[in-house]
Amino acid sequence: MITWLVKPLTYGFMQRGLAAALMVGVLCAVVGCYVVLRSMAFLGDALAHAVLPGVALAYLLGANLLIGALIAAIAVALGIGFFSRRGRIKEDTAIGILFAAALSLGVVLISTIQTYAVDLTHILFGNVLGVSGTDLWLTGVLGVVVLVVVALLYKEFLLVSFDPVLGTTLRFPVGFLRTLLLILLALTIVVSLQTVGVGLVAAMLVTPGATAYLLTRRLFPMMLLSAGIGAFSSLVGLYLSFYLDVASGGAVVLTATAVFLLVFLFVPRRGLVWAGVRRLRGGREGQDAGLCGEGD
Amino acid sequence: MPNESDPARLDLYRISVAYNGTSVLCDVTLQVPHGAQVAVVGPNGAGKSTLFKALVGLLPIQRGHVHIHGRSLGAHQDCVAYVPQREEVDWHFPVTVADVVMMGRYGRLGWVRRPRPVDREIVARSLEQLGITDLAGRPVGDLSGGQQQRVFLARALAQEPHILLMDEPFTGVDVATQEAVLQLLEQLKPADVTVMVSTHDLNLAAARFGRVLLLNRRVVAYGVPEQVLTPTHIKEAFGGQVLFLDEGAVIVDRCCPTGTLGGSL
Repeated sequence: MITWLVKPLTYGFMQRGLAAALMVGVLCAVVGCYVVLRSMAFLGDALAHAVLPGVALAYLLGANLLIGALIAAIAVALGIGFFSRRGRIKEDTAIGILFAAALSLGVVLISTIQTYAVDLTHILFGNVLGVSGTDLWLTGVLGVVVLVVVALLYKEFLLVSFDPVLGTTLRFPVGFLRTLLLILLALTIVVSLQTVGVGLVAAMLVTPGATAYLLTRRLFPMMLLSAGIGAFSSLVGLYLSFYLDVASGGAVVLTATAVFLLVFLFVPRRGLVWAGVRRLRGGREGQDAGLCGEGD
Repeated sequence: MPNESDPARLDLYRISVAYNGTSVLCDVTLQVPHGAQVAVVGPNGAGKSTLFKALVGLLPIQRGHVHIHGRSLGAHQDCVAYVPQREEVDWHFPVTVADVVMMGRYGRLGWVRRPRPVDREIVARSLEQLGITDLAGRPVGDLSGGQQQRVFLARALAQEPHILLMDEPFTGVDVATQEAVLQLLEQLKPADVTVMVSTHDLNLAAARFGRVLLLNRRVVAYGVPEQVLTPTHIKEAFGGQVLFLDEGAVIVDRCCPTGTLGGSL
């Protein structure tokens, strides 16, 4: 068992991969709590796709792909904030327009690249085992910055997410805080691309947070649980990827999904299986429990 | 009963407020003295909610100015608390009753700072005043409508406001909550908190409030109930919605709970 656990760690690429996956798992899970609570799953997915033109441009210019992705994601995040704050256009419409435009621009730019670009496919599907030392540093520094801001502004983000009207009457800059949250989301997505890729980053944002939401009814424990689930999924997913020789990003996301399904079915009192057990017990007891919505 | 010679705590001078491009309030001038309790009455669309929203910065004031303690609006970050008619919050958000009431302290805490023991004491006291101490640990989504209303009143108290604005706190709530609001008004009197409450219930306005503001997009009348709630003023404010009978006036309000006026007028 121990050799089974240690063996992958003897490889340098596996050490860097695990470190990157853990950082990304925790980061996505924490920021993802706001994505889940404010129903921004579509936005998260859109931002992930919107980095494509930035990546393509950086590739064409021979610059760092992550920095290209970062600039594109922040530009789109600010653009969504700008269009939806003018009032005439709803946020999800603004997202739809900018998301499609950015994705198309990315496709057009990539089509000008003649050779098959391995680096670009890594951005699309993620390749945590290809993480370099520089990437690891970049991920670490950006991840810490995002987590520190989320921790410092915990109270402010809670306020604007739960009750923006109170936020305004208390004279907090609600629009600024919302845009800041979008920028943090953009940063999170960019540092996660290397690990899980454009297609799967939304899952890493949403799944651990949604699982934690089923288990607790307060924000702070929800964030801690979500972080734990994110880290666990990354770790298990990576080992599975190593031993079964499957794509790492997919393995990580599928592990997180499995955790979600288990919790959804078996969570005490509210899970599907518990409801089924109550129904089987039948009689007045079961009916009462069903009517009152608690106890068994 | 507040004295007319007290310094005006809330001073509105010729303010106009627009909502979605059409002006709702025009040229409103009034002074509310220190610790006064004012009932704001008027027909639907009179601008009662608009007035409150303008006072807490939710709607821009287009003309005129508002002074609180002689300083312009916005200079005081937290001294005006507002309880909307219906809270538009996400009821599935993972926050407890105590968490929501603590949000009332955020303005005083300022950026980044965490709640201190004194904030927790104030939250506990606010919960107690509204009789919801036993709900402190419950998620807000699990509460009844009346309980939710009391949570938001407790939050407004936790703000330790100098001016408290309540939009229709008596509409669509259970008797216990209505009683809790009336008790709260009594408790606020010795604390010298200035209160403005919008209501459809003219009897309640006359019986429980020292002052009444009769509003219909501008000030129709403002002062003690006997001087404000006269047939002439009511007819002016409510127009065709008033039916005059021998023993008094009946307001026929098309959409909202009917307000009636007894024979004393």
